[in-house]
Amino acid sequence: MSTGGGESQRHIDKLETYIPGFDLVALGGLPRGRTTLISGTAGSAKTVFACQFLAEAILQKQESGVFVTFEESTSDIRKNVIGFGWDIQRWERENKWAFVDASPQPGAEPIIIGEYDLGALLARIENAVQKINARRVSLDSLGAIFTQFTDTNALRRELFRVVSALKTMGVTAIITAERTEEYGDIARYGFEEFVTDNVVILRNVMEEEKRRRTLEILKFRGTSHQKGEFPFTIMPDQGIVVIPLSAIELKQKSTDIRITAGNAELDKMCGGGFFRDSVVLVSGATGTGKTLMVTSFMAGGANNGERCLLFAFEESREQLFRNAIGWGVDFEQMEKEGKLKVVCEYPETTGIEDHLIQMKKVIEKFQPNRVAVDSLSALERVSTIKGFREFVISLTSFIKHRELAGLFTSTTPTLLGGTSITEAHISTTTDSIILLRYVEIYGEMRRGITVLKMRGSMHDKEIREFTIDGKGMHIGKPFRNISGILSGNFVHLAPAEIDRIGNLFTEDDALTDE
Amino acid sequence: MINKYILRLYITGQTPKSERAIENLRRICEEELNGQYQMVIIDVLERPQLAEDEKILATPTLIKELPPPLRRIIGDLSDAEKVLLGLELRRSV
Repeated sequence: MSTGGGESQRHIDKLETYIPGFDLVALGGLPRGRTTLISGTAGSAKTVFACQFLAEAILQKQESGVFVTFEESTSDIRKNVIGFGWDIQRWERENKWAFVDASPQPGAEPIIIGEYDLGALLARIENAVQKINARRVSLDSLGAIFTQFTDTNALRRELFRVVSALKTMGVTAIITAERTEEYGDIARYGFEEFVTDNVVILRNVMEEEKRRRTLEILKFRGTSHQKGEFPFTIMPDQGIVVIPLSAIELKQKSTDIRITAGNAELDKMCGGGFFRDSVVLVSGATGTGKTLMVTSFMAGGANNGERCLLFAFEESREQLFRNAIGWGVDFEQMEKEGKLKVVCEYPETTGIEDHLIQMKKVIEKFQPNRVAVDSLSALERVSTIKGFREFVISLTSFIKHRELAGLFTSTTPTLLGGTSITEAHISTTTDSIILLRYVEIYGEMRRGITVLKMRGSMHDKEIREFTIDGKGMHIGKPFRNISGILSGNFVHLAPAEIDRIGNLFTEDDALTDE
Repeated sequence: MINKYILRLYITGQTPKSERAIENLRRICEEELNGQYQMVIIDVLERPQLAEDEKILATPTLIKELPPPLRRIIGDLSDAEKVLLGLELRRSV
């Protein structure tokens, strides 16, 4: 880059792409007036990105753009993106979109005799930019031009010319380029990266038999961006949606307003209920009463006039509603009154990134006060460990950001004791953790509940027995003559031993109601 | 000779490369086509839309429109023999 001079002294401005999530990762957008290289393997959504860069600007700002295609025919592009809601043909009529068709033409291959340059291409781009007063230009994809012209040295020189001409035109441009490997050279032909100061990499990696798309900003010369790979997905009616994860700021306010868990005894254990903007994790083996806790949480909210949203990934709607009736909760009536919305999905219907985006959409539309997810573990199945962790972090921060109360359930893989992957990823991001456990007492299975963690509050530290009947959950006395419940290795204690241990310590901090 | 050659040469401005291409083509035409040709020179800087219509990328580009088949030759036409082959005025050996 040039040293000194007015241009390099000035702060590099960013141009919003309006591609959902991207501008957060890019800390504002693409460097304005510059060219950015978008590099990726086949099928990594480069063309979608190139189209969306123009489409979103037309949709959001009525800003026009020029699309230079080296590979696909213009009619193919029009057809391929109409599903995203991008009506290129109409935009062309409205002078919002102009094609420069540099795709290989049918007929005999041109013969090359002597020296040449890409002056005509440049003149055509300039012409199109002027004609529709474009601010943005997409060139897709560089690889294809190398199949039309074989002199790579000449092409390199010419690409320098194209990029500097784009700069002179004052447009913000992206050029896409092919990569052969997900983690190798930035682009095929090895030199495209030097042509542009800004490089974004799109990946489509196979991980644990699951496809995972990520986006990484490799460099923005002279300006900042978020580092690392960010997952993204392609939504049928929206195009690319980037999930910014850590870009989400943890600046949510914290409140001391309490809300009911839907169970008076549990509220008492939690020191007066959950916090209104906290996320609670309920962990337990199958059948310990997690769905019941979700049901009570929803009912407790609806009874106070709150709007409640339930995402169910384990049971069908009918099953959930029947269960609720069995515990004295009428979901159907609650839905009729507009206080409840139940969304049932099979985890396998789509990838975890898509689930996340769908869930965010529903939350934004329904505007609930509380959200429950039953269960998070069901989503583990459709994701890689990394993808799942990102999902949990992203969903948690989204919920906290909107100051909603959240209740997630997690199924432990073993019936007795045990922890799940879910817990490992979520325990630090949640405010409270409640454990539900089976307790075996002399050949009989009972259930125990304990509040493991309650951020910013005193809470009951005992493991209490609870029972379930037609009215829901009833929490009773602590287990006194048994230890090792959490680990699943029960040890029955004789009463004399309990007294002895009880006298060893004098409780001074625990909030017990005895 | 009934067939009249219609040749269009696309160039970008008055560059040495453009001049060379024009000169090379003129010489080939005069020596080989015996006056039976029409040569049009188009500067894409002045008429970018014409380049757009023909989807020209590189300059200089020579298009032989008539007689069919249509042929495209890219470059400054520095090798006359190859140009003649390309225009199908010579059979390849």
